[in-house]
Amino acid sequence: MSATAFKSYRPPVIEPSEEGDELLEVAMGPHHPSTHGVFRMDVALDGERVVRLKPVFGYLHRNHEKIAETASYLASMPYTDRLDYFCSLTNNWAYALAVEKLAGFQVPERAEYIRVITAELTRIQNHASAIGFLTQEMGASGTPLMYAFREREKILDLFEELTGSRMMCNYMRFGGCRVELPKGWLERVQKVVDGLPKFIDETEALLTGNEILMARSQGVGILKPDLAVNAGITGPMLRATGVNYDIRKIDHYGIYDRFKFRVPLGDHGDIYDRYMIRVLEMRESVEILKQAIPDIPAGPIMDPKSKIRGFRPKVGEAYGRIEAPKGELGFYLISDGTGNPYRYRVRPPSLINLTVLEDMCLGQNVADVVLIFGSVDIVLGEVDR
Amino acid sequence: MLGEGMLKGLAETAENFAGSFVSKERMTTVQYPEERIAPIENTRDFPFLIFDGTDPLAGLRCVACQICEKECPPKCIYITKSTDKKPDFVGKPQNYPTRFDIDISVCMSCQICVEVCPFEAIKMDTQFELSTTDRFGGLLLDRDQLSRSNEYYNEIHPTEAAEVDARLAEEKVKAEAKAKAAAEAAAAKAAAAAAAPPAVTAPPKEPIAKEPGA
Amino acid sequence: MKTAEEILAAIKTALPDAGIELILNPSPSAQHSFLLAPKDAVTIASFLREDPELALDYCSNATGVDWPGKEVTEKVKATKVVDGVETVVEESVKHIGPGYLEAVYHLYSMKHGPTDPGGPVVLRMRTVNRTDQVELPSLTLVWRSVEFQEREIFDLYGIVFTGHPDLRRILMWDGFEDHPMRRDYVDPDDYEYEPTPHDAVLKRAEEQRAKAGVTP
Repeated sequence: MSATAFKSYRPPVIEPSEEGDELLEVAMGPHHPSTHGVFRMDVALDGERVVRLKPVFGYLHRNHEKIAETASYLASMPYTDRLDYFCSLTNNWAYALAVEKLAGFQVPERAEYIRVITAELTRIQNHASAIGFLTQEMGASGTPLMYAFREREKILDLFEELTGSRMMCNYMRFGGCRVELPKGWLERVQKVVDGLPKFIDETEALLTGNEILMARSQGVGILKPDLAVNAGITGPMLRATGVNYDIRKIDHYGIYDRFKFRVPLGDHGDIYDRYMIRVLEMRESVEILKQAIPDIPAGPIMDPKSKIRGFRPKVGEAYGRIEAPKGELGFYLISDGTGNPYRYRVRPPSLINLTVLEDMCLGQNVADVVLIFGSVDIVLGEVDR
Repeated sequence: MLGEGMLKGLAETAENFAGSFVSKERMTTVQYPEERIAPIENTRDFPFLIFDGTDPLAGLRCVACQICEKECPPKCIYITKSTDKKPDFVGKPQNYPTRFDIDISVCMSCQICVEVCPFEAIKMDTQFELSTTDRFGGLLLDRDQLSRSNEYYNEIHPTEAAEVDARLAEEKVKAEAKAKAAAEAAAAKAAAAAAAPPAVTAPPKEPIAKEPGA
Repeated sequence: MKTAEEILAAIKTALPDAGIELILNPSPSAQHSFLLAPKDAVTIASFLREDPELALDYCSNATGVDWPGKEVTEKVKATKVVDGVETVVEESVKHIGPGYLEAVYHLYSMKHGPTDPGGPVVLRMRTVNRTDQVELPSLTLVWRSVEFQEREIFDLYGIVFTGHPDLRRILMWDGFEDHPMRRDYVDPDDYEYEPTPHDAVLKRAEEQRAKAGVTP
């Protein structure tokens, strides 16, 4: 049987220049203000050029997957908040989706609308923070970051009213949402959403035409589409290379089919494209919110067949995935009929997106490594779990 | 011209800077701890046990069913059930916890204990300034430190507390109606028994004497 | 997307000798999987990626699962002396099976994504046992996305992927021994304890305190 010939995508090999024959090995170590958490990159430099880069992580490994094997399905839900700690509601949704696939629950309409509203608010505040951190690393000293955090605080206040906690929301349940919307919450969401286009305009006025941003990010950290697909990149990083793959449009999960929104795609796959994709995705999220908030129907918020305690799904397995702000967040569950999962696996978008960090950084200057790494937009809680 | 983008950005920053002197929107910093923002009603920090009335032990709603202990994800609740019983808010004798400790250095405020409690006995507090210098015992709150009255619960979470009180009042009315119906049925049965003639009973049997050594 | 049976038929048409079988998934998710023989895995994987109709060019998830050996009761014929006569007697013998480690891959098609959504194509590979024969072929050269994930499976489960360009531990530190996600992993008792004493942890905490001479 002959094997099909296929192309393997391996990182390029950079030869050091002839003048210097000693490479400077730097550990851009776990304690570093721009590593988005405890993350190390073992970088070998020839002058200023990066010749070799190996990422090292595991400093935040909390063995979430093993804890889930001895805890019930419900008890793992608060731990999913702490994976990508910026976007706890989308983590909850991904886990709830996987369990609903495993057990065959139907989610009522009102709960689906609430899920979409909270997920899009999460996406907006995540992208705003990501842009803020990226420009902080370029040297913008926190101005765009603090403007982003001002909007983020408004959104987190909404989450606190709804779920009780700003970041560790623990709100989705298998078959719906935990608690009904408080009185007047939708009006407050509408007020925040009305103020968002002005905030995005301000951010664009501050950043998009800025010459320093353009000089530092255009043409830097280019990722080609075929490598991106083969390396399993998802999320804004993939769409910046030009590949049209947004799981909200592909899998038709939840009720995203009812909303008209576009998927922005990039041309070059460099840092500037990733920044622009995030800005445009924020605008599209505002569009979704403007359509979802008036339309939300009355009704129950939980599937009547689902149980809170003593939940024992049938034997089998399921893989459920959503378009989290960072990429494709998937949960793979194997059930053996008891109240604890036999195998609980988180497919972390941040970890997979780091596969090509080496490819993007080789041959670039060491100052650009920090920017490229910031444009990948990772959260260590998700990489290490 | 070159630099136009940067000038536009600087204009944006200047607008924010000047605006922060005149509008609250732009100046969002609150000088904590001198100024505080009013807490949001639904916020949750750490659990507490509710008691009705004024006596923390007699009015404690918790019946030590240990469901919250089993469901707690980081297992930070320790309960010891009592061997005797005391009457609850409808008068039925129930166990109570002789020990109910929560280790708030482990508690992650997930609210699952509140969700699974069938007796509305444990709720979430809103206090977060709980730091202490005692490393080993200071963050292990025991039953007396955790007990708060229902009036306190109504103060911190008015909407939720009103809902819970309404539900418990409803249950109490139902339980009383049921007890009344049962009492009436028993009284009717006793009256019927007293009216009927006494039944003929067999004479008591003589005990068979056993010879020692048989 | 094609159903699992159609995909199996397509693979068998193109690669008649391939060791592949369909495993049904009893849960409502109906995500059935294919068990691959390790020797044919790279061939089948490259076919799945390059076939223009399937075009499964995106491997979304690669994970390991540990299946410890189950107790097996076998009837064994043994020669025994019964009442002075040598007879052949059947007796039941219980022993623990070898168990196996498993690697599971979830594939999607990005090329056909916008027009043809569908459930994932799930591939599985099993090792022979959990102790000494734990090699499986690496699929990194086919899908680069599994590079870090296979390292993680090696780190946490102990499956050695032959052909992986850079197989070393990823989450645990380099000198670490043992594989933490296995079902029989016992974490070492050599760190300072301030545990939440419940059940088994309470017993160990009391042993530790007794050893240290500390009263709670």
